[in-house]
Amino acid sequence: MSISRRDILKSLTITAVTGSVLRVIPLEAAEYAHRMVKAEKADSQTYVPKFFSAHDYKTLQTLCQTIIPADDEAKGAIEAGAPEFIDLITSENKDYQVALGGGLMWLDNTCLDRYGKFYLECAPAQQKEFLDLIAYTKNAKQDPSLGQGIEFFGFLRKLTADGFFTSEIGIEYLGYIGNTFLKEFPGCPPVPGI
Amino acid sequence: MQVKRTPKTYDVCIIGSGASGGTAAKVLSEGGLSVALLEAGPPLVPERDFKEHVWPYDLPHRGAGVGGAARRGLEDEFLAPNGAWEIEGEPYVAAPGSKFRWFRSRIVGGRTNHWGRIALRMAPVDFKVRSHDGMGDDWPLSYEDVAPYYDKVESYIGVFGTKENIPSAPDGIFLPPPKPRCTETIIKKACDKLNIICVPSRLAILTQPLNGRAACHYCAQCGRGCKSASNFSSSQVMIPPAEKTGRFTLITGAMARELIVGKDGRVSAVSYVDKATRTEQRIHARAFVVAASACESARLLLNSRSTLFPDGLANSSGVVGRNLMDTVGSDGGGYFESLEKMPPHNHDGVGGMHMYLPWWKFDRKNEFLRGYHTEFGGGRGMPGVGDYDDLCDDFEGYGTSLKQECKKKYGTWIGFAGRGEMIPNENCYCEIDPSAMDQWGIPVLRFHWKWSDNEIKMARDMQETYKEIVEAAGGVYLTDHRSDGPNPYGIADGGVIIHEVGTVRMGEHSATSALNQYCQAHDVKNLFVTDGASFVTNADKNPTLTIMALTWRASDYLLAEAKKGNI
Ligand SMILES: Cc1cc2nc3c(=O)[nH]c(=O)nc-3n(C[C@H](O)[C@H](O)[C@H](O)COP(=O)(O)OP(=O)(O)OC[C@H]3O[C@@H](n4cnc5c(N)ncnc54)[C@H](O)[C@@H]3O)c2cc1C
Repeated sequence: MSISRRDILKSLTITAVTGSVLRVIPLEAAEYAHRMVKAEKADSQTYVPKFFSAHDYKTLQTLCQTIIPADDEAKGAIEAGAPEFIDLITSENKDYQVALGGGLMWLDNTCLDRYGKFYLECAPAQQKEFLDLIAYTKNAKQDPSLGQGIEFFGFLRKLTADGFFTSEIGIEYLGYIGNTFLKEFPGCPPVPGI
Repeated sequence: MQVKRTPKTYDVCIIGSGASGGTAAKVLSEGGLSVALLEAGPPLVPERDFKEHVWPYDLPHRGAGVGGAARRGLEDEFLAPNGAWEIEGEPYVAAPGSKFRWFRSRIVGGRTNHWGRIALRMAPVDFKVRSHDGMGDDWPLSYEDVAPYYDKVESYIGVFGTKENIPSAPDGIFLPPPKPRCTETIIKKACDKLNIICVPSRLAILTQPLNGRAACHYCAQCGRGCKSASNFSSSQVMIPPAEKTGRFTLITGAMARELIVGKDGRVSAVSYVDKATRTEQRIHARAFVVAASACESARLLLNSRSTLFPDGLANSSGVVGRNLMDTVGSDGGGYFESLEKMPPHNHDGVGGMHMYLPWWKFDRKNEFLRGYHTEFGGGRGMPGVGDYDDLCDDFEGYGTSLKQECKKKYGTWIGFAGRGEMIPNENCYCEIDPSAMDQWGIPVLRFHWKWSDNEIKMARDMQETYKEIVEAAGGVYLTDHRSDGPNPYGIADGGVIIHEVGTVRMGEHSATSALNQYCQAHDVKNLFVTDGASFVTNADKNPTLTIMALTWRASDYLLAEAKKGNI
């Protein structure tokens, strides 16, 4: 298991304070964009992608939902708004545009080579077969031509997880109880062994 | 004939409104003086600027910032309104071979709007290090001189804690501490086994109402700004009482460029850039309190050259910019299976740790001089952007199993951060860069930095200790810092811990220090530098409580001198 320094820092006192603050407080611009997205959604009821083409956005949505699907316990990445989150920040970030825009093109082209169809049109079994190849870094050892695809999928998985677990659905799924007013802090509940 | 109007002369002009400037503003204006305060940043408007209780999903970027800027990299996570590692138009330079990061805030209240609020007293030995172990220098004052001011600051701002009688961590005037969280209970038990001291922490957050401020409501979001001002910030706690006196003038968007010296060798005015109009303005006063934050204050003095002071103001000793110190920082942490079994519960508490580890090896001979304290935390915090990527890296794949694994790992981290004393060395200093300037044409700082062996050994000790604690607590230590490379044992780059101090140090002798024990310049009697620049050493204690105590003491002295007509 790997852990980055950043992970640890994040769970820390001062850095957690500032971290959580700063993670959650956006710049003024973010708020502006927020109002913008909200207003747009209110107008049309559907989100109009800012960066991805209609076809690519559809693929993105499908991939997000495959990464974190709905199940008995909670809805999935689409309901959690992960694709919108990803599209918005991608529209503002040149590196993400290359990584994700290029990644989706790679995906379609490679599927076209293998199955004669774009990813979305592939049969579910073909989609699964293909994802099983690019969802694991170890596969790059056997087939280096998958390297870029694995990189892309890994990045998309991170963003999808971020989008899902910061949503109302995701937070409820995790069982985070907080961000509220307490008169007194009760401390650790009685748990055997702690 | 035109009548020439004489400009208003204030009793005192303060530069900077952070921990130090805010304290000076309160004490001096309440003491009866007329005070003008220049602040480079804009005013702070809590209703607009504070995002307390906002959920990540209320924001389209989920807190990731525009373009995901806050998703990756520690520096970006610190992005907050008007506080950052890099400020547009205000660069700084690191000399070749040196790494130094400088976190600055440009807003009323300065970095006290973001700080962790860890408020620790320095110990008696911290003021007399040279007498104790022969390294560095003693302060020109003792713990007993500062203690009454620690009392005043703590009683006024509110600090929680417990009386413990630990030599390395003097007790103060404390509000009751909050109850420990589960993560803290786990670590406390392990520390008891290992004979490591683990006690309630000391944070400037109210657990009871104080001076018209409400008690904490335990949302753990102090750093996002607290609308009820239950935590300490200079903007909400120091500036309002100054404003109440009617003798206080706050001038925002005012970047001080230079202190102007009259023929009598005293500072007569400060020249500043009014950012809104990009015009040059002047404020006249009888005395000046420089509190722009340590390095920024050194920069202002070094940029104030005149025939009387060709090497910069108050710098006949040549020490201005020298003896730059930060805190030794190294972090580590691990995974705790026991936390997987924790039932969902509110783990928030105050914004920061409820318990901490003071320096506990003060009674023995160690491989290095001085000591460190340890801050720690973890558990079931509010999910934020970036929290999940490394977890998902661990599992790979996709689908329901991935979703479940991520959930299982939620809240199972406990991390540790060592905060240790650095001994000043001649390789660590800041100076004016010969060519670079900021957007107002003010020459900028160039930083030089090199850790010495003592600090590296301290970082190694931190790593060994955290591994020991994690394992004693039944966890798996997951940090694996190299012993070589640019950051041995995970030691943070200079400046990263944001405790930079020492660039205009105080001392008995004008040949080796710039200020006397009242933060008054040896060379210029009506000039005071009250922020962390005045520090002689940088004990393992986070500096801000001491900055406020020293500022209060300097302000009392200034008031007394003013009454005697000496200023
Ligand atoms: C994220 C974070 C966490 C921290 N945690 C802790 C902690 O837990 N405990 C602790 O003790 N310390 C902590 N610190 C450090 C603490 O914030 C500083 O020690 C403290 O704020 C320093 O006070 P100051 O008055 O010297 O400077 P600041 O608070 O930085 O204030 C300086 C002010 O001067 C203004 N200014 C600068 N230059 C000029 C100029 N030329 N003209 C006019 N105005 C100017 C700035 O805009 C600013 O408002 C933390 C800091 C950060 C950023």
